[in-house]
Amino acid sequence: MLIRLIGGTVYDPASGIDGQQQDIYIQNGRIIDKPQGEFKVDQDYDLKGKVVMSGAIDMHTHIGGGKGNIARTLLPEDHRHDPVHRSDITRSGCGHAMPSTFVTGYRYAEMGYTAGFEPALLPINARQAHMEMGDIPILDKGGYVMLGSDDYLLRLLTAKKDQKAINDYVAWTMHTAKAIGVKVVNPGGINAFKFNQRKLDLDEQNAHYGVTPRDILQVLATAVKELGVPHPLHVHGCNLGVPGNVQTTLDTIQGIGGLPMHLTHIQFHSYGTEGDFKFSSGAAQIAEAINSNKNITVDVGQILFGQTVTASGDNMRQHANHKFASPNKWVTMDIECDAGCGVVPFKYKDQNFVNALQWAIGLETFLLVNDPWRIFLTTDHPNGAPFTSYPHLIRLLMDRSFRNDILSTIHPEAQKMTTLASIDREYTLQEIAIMTRAGAAKLIGLKDRGGLSAGNFADITIYTDNTDRQKMFEKPDYVFKDGQLVVVDGKVVSTKWGTTHVVKPDFDPSVEKGLKDYFDRYLTMKLGNYKISDDEIIEDGRGSITVHPLSS
Amino acid sequence: MIEITEVPSPFCGIGTDDLTIRVEGLSLKVIENGCAVNTPAFEQAITDIRPRVNGQEVDLDVAIKSAAALLKDTHLPVIGGCATDVNGMRGLLALADRTGAVVDNMNFTGARNNFLALQDSGWMNTTLAEVKNRCDLLVVIGTDLEAFAPRFYERYIWNKEAMFVEDTSSREIIYLGKAPSGSASTSPSGKQAQILACETQDLPEVVAVLRALVKGQPITAKAVCGITVSDLQDIADKFKAAKYSVVTWAAGALAYPQAELTVQQLSEMIKDINNQNTRCSGLPLAGKEGDQTANQVCGWTTGYPARMRFSAGYPEYDPFLNDTNLLLANGEADALVWVQAFNSKSVPPEVSLPTIVVGRSGMVFTKEPDVFIPVGTPGIDHVGHAYRMDNVVAIRLKKLRDSGLPSTAEVLNAIEQAL
Repeated sequence: MLIRLIGGTVYDPASGIDGQQQDIYIQNGRIIDKPQGEFKVDQDYDLKGKVVMSGAIDMHTHIGGGKGNIARTLLPEDHRHDPVHRSDITRSGCGHAMPSTFVTGYRYAEMGYTAGFEPALLPINARQAHMEMGDIPILDKGGYVMLGSDDYLLRLLTAKKDQKAINDYVAWTMHTAKAIGVKVVNPGGINAFKFNQRKLDLDEQNAHYGVTPRDILQVLATAVKELGVPHPLHVHGCNLGVPGNVQTTLDTIQGIGGLPMHLTHIQFHSYGTEGDFKFSSGAAQIAEAINSNKNITVDVGQILFGQTVTASGDNMRQHANHKFASPNKWVTMDIECDAGCGVVPFKYKDQNFVNALQWAIGLETFLLVNDPWRIFLTTDHPNGAPFTSYPHLIRLLMDRSFRNDILSTIHPEAQKMTTLASIDREYTLQEIAIMTRAGAAKLIGLKDRGGLSAGNFADITIYTDNTDRQKMFEKPDYVFKDGQLVVVDGKVVSTKWGTTHVVKPDFDPSVEKGLKDYFDRYLTMKLGNYKISDDEIIEDGRGSITVHPLSS
Repeated sequence: MIEITEVPSPFCGIGTDDLTIRVEGLSLKVIENGCAVNTPAFEQAITDIRPRVNGQEVDLDVAIKSAAALLKDTHLPVIGGCATDVNGMRGLLALADRTGAVVDNMNFTGARNNFLALQDSGWMNTTLAEVKNRCDLLVVIGTDLEAFAPRFYERYIWNKEAMFVEDTSSREIIYLGKAPSGSASTSPSGKQAQILACETQDLPEVVAVLRALVKGQPITAKAVCGITVSDLQDIADKFKAAKYSVVTWAAGALAYPQAELTVQQLSEMIKDINNQNTRCSGLPLAGKEGDQTANQVCGWTTGYPARMRFSAGYPEYDPFLNDTNLLLANGEADALVWVQAFNSKSVPPEVSLPTIVVGRSGMVFTKEPDVFIPVGTPGIDHVGHAYRMDNVVAIRLKKLRDSGLPSTAEVLNAIEQAL
């Protein structure tokens, strides 16, 4: 079947196409060059006046894994406000803060997204994360495996094992957990919490191991680079949410010594201590550091006002933040000498000084970082806001008067503490396409995704141009996933199953000797039963695995 | 004959995965690391191979069509049991969504004690490997732990080595409420558990006093329900002195009205202890008959744990009104589907409604269901996934023999297709 998209205005930063009229041809799920000679088109779409981008990619969204399911279970009252009926082609479920798996897939697709990446795949919980993501229709998915508070790594560091031993362990874990990246959350802090430490600064030692967060970041960032994993070490830094943590973040950037590093939900790590309330924006300093350190990428973790739930591996910080729980109920867990999690419902309020300034700090960061290839559009779903708020966020970035109108309604003291009103920048469509498509695909290392040139998979989103960017981005005219038309006028019209993206870096098989001994002595599962096989993802006939190339 | 090692069990809830099982044709024998729960569950013989409709043996496709026909015009079918693996639950929920059914896990009335506490105030919990390596004080509330999981102590408390406990036999065990039925809680060095016995239904009072003592509230009584306040004060002091204490209970063992308040009292007490400069965690026991699996899969598919309904066309949760027994007793249900792939002794309640049983081979009915489809057991007849008690860990179940029995998922998906 040959599909032709005629005359759309194409934004394809991967090929340097910025708003040019082009036809696109789709065959067997991929974009192809215009066929030579005579050919018969099976289906034409007239896209004159429409905006064409590749399918959007959310590079950091909590869509699979135990903490999300705890969040769901914790909040039946939230689901009751947003029931989702079944239809002849779609399953029922629930929406709002932490939607059910099927609804997650439908609603992402209905906004023009075709892939989402779970950033906190606990090795021991990776099975669950993949099973949940296996029940998310339409989207491609993948995960970053979480290391850094696992006792095995900390033992390696205490035993002064060399970088090769670390690399082998990291690569082995990526294989067993079926991951495309490596994440570290509050490096060593989740572990320190188990020893009753309640905070852990960048250079503070774990009470048992004597290892610091700086040590952990160094060896993991090195491992990721040396293994050729395209996605840089994905870092949720120390001191999340703590006023003054801007210094920690700046020290983290300096400390990594030029190694590639992705700082996630940077908004939560950009707080100063100035002003009457001892809480201020560090966005300008952070943006300057990002602008001048080309090895650094960030996603923002924008907060937006309203009810949500925060679900994080950082149980140390989540425990400290539980006093802000709204409604007042929360969960933390220590998990399997591997990691932890904390789930705290939050209601961000525009008349709360701190929340209002958090909102402004996120936007300042977006607008002050110059290079859209190194900053990514996230709310850290659901932690800053549910992913369904992305069209609103895009309008905030693209529409200065809209942004300033909202700014003028937030807590007055917060207005005084932000430079937002003085920032003229408005994101362009091309910059949005970079942040949410080409840049994200490049950052994750996805081959043949995030672009519209021949050879790419035909993940394509088509919008009607509208000066109200929120309206434009919340209701695409068409979405194609692997060449299949899945959304028309913002509604799912057919469903399919996406693939699971992974990388498989090499490791020395002898790494299992030490691991087997450790598992037998200390863990609760046999090593052989721990490893996730490809079968587990593909045996139900819906899933598939796509292995991406390593960097050379 | 073959011997299969490192076999994981979906039966005991604590994720034992070191069984060695001898397979001879269709018969299984646990030859290493069995226990009173796992061994009989694995060794149960296959009797039925063929489905039955109205008591007559039929081919699988006939049984599927008959089941679909029975469900076709129902208004409120109830799917009870819900004892199967992850894929089985996926099929079950798809069928329930399609038919507007109630989904109710058979252990939910017990589990509800946990869910109500969780959904009202939350908790701080831990998992088995943390217990194995960190726990220095285990307090067991109202539960005969070794009857629940015979190998719990051997695997997670009296383990020879622990990363952060120098001498595991020095671990302190305290029972509050029910006394243990055996001596598994006695340490290898002979140290016995401390037992502060009371009637199970007296636990709300006892636990309330314990929490008050943890918080430093004055108690004027000298004893509560047969336990001296000074003994409870000792426990409170031990919590504060411990580095990583663990409080465990089986929600189903707290079999008295409003037991969720006891779970809440315990969970809030654990939070209090964590505010007194040390660590303490809860460890709810569960994982039997696929209960954690049902709640997890139902959780991500619908947002709610496994006592909910699809009758409005979307998921609705009510932990009381969607009780299978209630819906059968008050005449609201008009068909019963019983799904139980783990335990042939767990048969459906006897009702006059159209009844479909998708069950483990070997079920004996006092009243033959309209349709009975014997299915394979996850972890014996087919691969699969099951959740352990601690909710984080899904274990990968092995296929041990080739019985030809279909999986729950295959059967339920086929019924949905036939609709």
